[in-house]
Amino acid sequence: MSEHEYTPKSKAGKWFNDRLPLLSLGAHLTDYPTPKNLNYWWTFGGILTFCLITQIVTGIVLAMHYVAHADLAFESVEKIMRDVNYGWLIRYIHSNGASMFFLAVYIHIFRSLFFGSFKSPRELIWIIGMLIYILMMAAAFMGYVLPWGQMSFWGATVITNLFSAIPLVGESVVTWLWGGYSVDNPTLTRFFSLHYLIPFLILGLVVLHIWALHIPGNNNPVGIDIKKPSKDTVPFHPYITIKDIFALLMFMIIFAGFVFFSPNVLGHADNYIPANPLITPAHIVPEWYLLPFYAILRSVPDKLGGVILMFGALFVLIILPWLDTSKVRSAIFRPMYRQFFWIFVVDVLALGYLGAMPAEGVYLFLARIATTYYFLHFIVILPALGFFEKTDPLPASISEPVLTGGFSAVPTRTDKIINEKK
Amino acid sequence: MSKQEDKKDRRDFLFTASYTVGAVGIGATIWPLIHQMNPDESVKALATTEVDISQVESGKSITVLWRGKPIFIKRRTPDEIQEAKAVALKDLPDPQKDEERVKEGKDEWLVMVGVCTHLGCVPLKDKGDFNGWFCPCHGSHYDISGRVRKGPAPKNMEIPKYEFVDSNTIKIG
Amino acid sequence: MKKNNIKKILAAILITTFFCGKAFSASKDLLKIDWSFAGITGKFERDSLQRGYQVYKEVCSSCHSMKYLSYRNLGQKGGPEFTLEEVKAIAASYDVEDGPNSEGEMYERAGRPSDHFVNPYPNDNAAIAANGGAYPPDMSVLVKARPGGANYIYSILMGYEEKPVGFVLDEGVYYNKYMDGNKIKMMSPLSDNLIEYTDGTNATQAQMAKDVTTFLTWAAEPHLEARHRTGTKVIIYLILLATLVYFSMKRIWSRVDAEK
Repeated sequence: MSEHEYTPKSKAGKWFNDRLPLLSLGAHLTDYPTPKNLNYWWTFGGILTFCLITQIVTGIVLAMHYVAHADLAFESVEKIMRDVNYGWLIRYIHSNGASMFFLAVYIHIFRSLFFGSFKSPRELIWIIGMLIYILMMAAAFMGYVLPWGQMSFWGATVITNLFSAIPLVGESVVTWLWGGYSVDNPTLTRFFSLHYLIPFLILGLVVLHIWALHIPGNNNPVGIDIKKPSKDTVPFHPYITIKDIFALLMFMIIFAGFVFFSPNVLGHADNYIPANPLITPAHIVPEWYLLPFYAILRSVPDKLGGVILMFGALFVLIILPWLDTSKVRSAIFRPMYRQFFWIFVVDVLALGYLGAMPAEGVYLFLARIATTYYFLHFIVILPALGFFEKTDPLPASISEPVLTGGFSAVPTRTDKIINEKK
Repeated sequence: MSKQEDKKDRRDFLFTASYTVGAVGIGATIWPLIHQMNPDESVKALATTEVDISQVESGKSITVLWRGKPIFIKRRTPDEIQEAKAVALKDLPDPQKDEERVKEGKDEWLVMVGVCTHLGCVPLKDKGDFNGWFCPCHGSHYDISGRVRKGPAPKNMEIPKYEFVDSNTIKIG
Repeated sequence: MKKNNIKKILAAILITTFFCGKAFSASKDLLKIDWSFAGITGKFERDSLQRGYQVYKEVCSSCHSMKYLSYRNLGQKGGPEFTLEEVKAIAASYDVEDGPNSEGEMYERAGRPSDHFVNPYPNDNAAIAANGGAYPPDMSVLVKARPGGANYIYSILMGYEEKPVGFVLDEGVYYNKYMDGNKIKMMSPLSDNLIEYTDGTNATQAQMAKDVTTFLTWAAEPHLEARHRTGTKVIIYLILLATLVYFSMKRIWSRVDAEK
């Protein structure tokens, strides 16, 4: 971290800061130079931090009343909803908060895809972000099991059963995961423990994520490097803090809409039926935010193949910085990539929809096409674009487009800018 | 006022208003998080309990559970009542007349929280030097009105809120 | 550039909502009622809740438990709001198992407001055995446990019909228009004037179905009214604060724009 010559104003402050430079850290975060052209797609990092804190606080409170035992879990959740003071509110915030968390993370990820935030020198930020995403999915999956409804139980059964596809050790791994011969109380209690743990692992990774970001500084909509110090940046506080707060309030209105007026629309009715190992629901579906991966999993008839492809879908995302060969970051200057980006968005939405449908007939057929296209995008299209795409000329600085009222058509020091920060 | 000052005042008002409204929101958010730890509806529903005392004979006592604590219900004999009334206030570490510890017209019935006022142990009945209760933990003695006579306990055993629903039933809490 | 993006975002949203709409309106066209509790200002009608409880008590409770409810819930705000005396009387009309006593025996006593609703059967297996192999589901959260919610419950109650010609029905199975597969093991529980409402309302099948569905919706969501009230306040507050913050933001950023 770059050293700031920050001197605390008070003697007590100086004493403390000499021993643990928290005040210097605070000054760094306050003064942190941020590109002044960031648009609202950049507010989702702050929104995600809010989501994480919300989930942790409501989760800890729920854990004061929830009982992690197969015989009592469902009832303890009902007790929270009925008897605990504001229990219904805290529970609905937590369950809808998970959905809002994923909504925000998908917007955040797609922002990165569009504006090339994952490109050099920000590859590690991207990878840490991917790790956070994976941990989020694990935490959400286990959290959904805790109410011990029909979907909790059967979703857990289906997904843990996937590991039996591993050659040789598969069955042992599944038994180990279950702590028994089927999903049952031991599974529930360990999922509760890990569900409580993971958000704090995420918190640690978020610190690393932001730390790694602060080394090169933020990307920006135009995708060109900003040399510091620069009149193209503003101090994080108050310019970015106030904008983040505004965006957060907009986000909270949508959040409140779900919590107070439609708290169960994103869930599945079957999860209000207590878990029954003898009756399988007609359609087992995960929560909406896991549907694209579910669709990919089910498009392969072979169990192991489906598992490999599902993890493969995650893998190609992780190695994205090395798949996208374009030297231009922002899609604003990449006319071909822009088209493929939106097609990719539609593809992911299609996978999500198909993941909720039964895996048969025309749905299965379409899911296979969408899955194929997903991999095509990463493995063929992105690498090829780097070579074939004719990118638009980049502006000289981020102020320039604002001053001249548009992007300059004259090629400016494009190559110099791109090659500088490598 | 100059235009500059005017602008500054408006800006300050805007910021102050934002902070204030924001603070209200934060306070409103924190309250449910704190209040959820207060007793929930099911606990509050068990805040009162009704006890059937028709089977308690003269000279005998029963112990019931109320809000997680033992309640001693003793039906005193006429001699015991006499004895309780006869104690001089100056002999009591925590002076209290027997009449203040029972319901009018029902001085047979002694209803008290069976928890020693010293450090919370449950005293043993029909023990001690004063024909009442004795706490084995640190040696406090209580008399036939549940008043402390000897030992480290500072106060008499607590009389809970209760009432006679009818002659066979009392409602505690 | 921007317009193009917006067009694409709109297209994506349209496609998504179309498919979402299809997915969510899954089941066959249910009967729909203009429920008083629907919508953002939804509230329960007290008398409908009280009548609904009467239907539950006199018709449904012989087979269906509601184990997550307590008698005291019948008196709390936002529900049927029976008086304390009425609640005590309702509770006392049931025998509740308690114990063991000091002899080690279980015994029966009159119900209290703090007791949970008494189950018609000692356990699930007894319930299944007594109902031809089908478990009469507990109704505490039944309205939330079925896609279509209140409309679904109402439709099932009103959906009994003569089976179509050639449709095979086993003994003890009945034809219902809205049931998945059209087969249901519960015979039509409601019919005109099956019970006599204490408030004098005409007890038609439709009326009873509406009242008991309203009651079941409250049972599944006892805090619905508080939730709507609080939600309205929260969103108005957020809009107010967002407005103040928006203008603060514009004011702060005007310094940057001024520097150009």
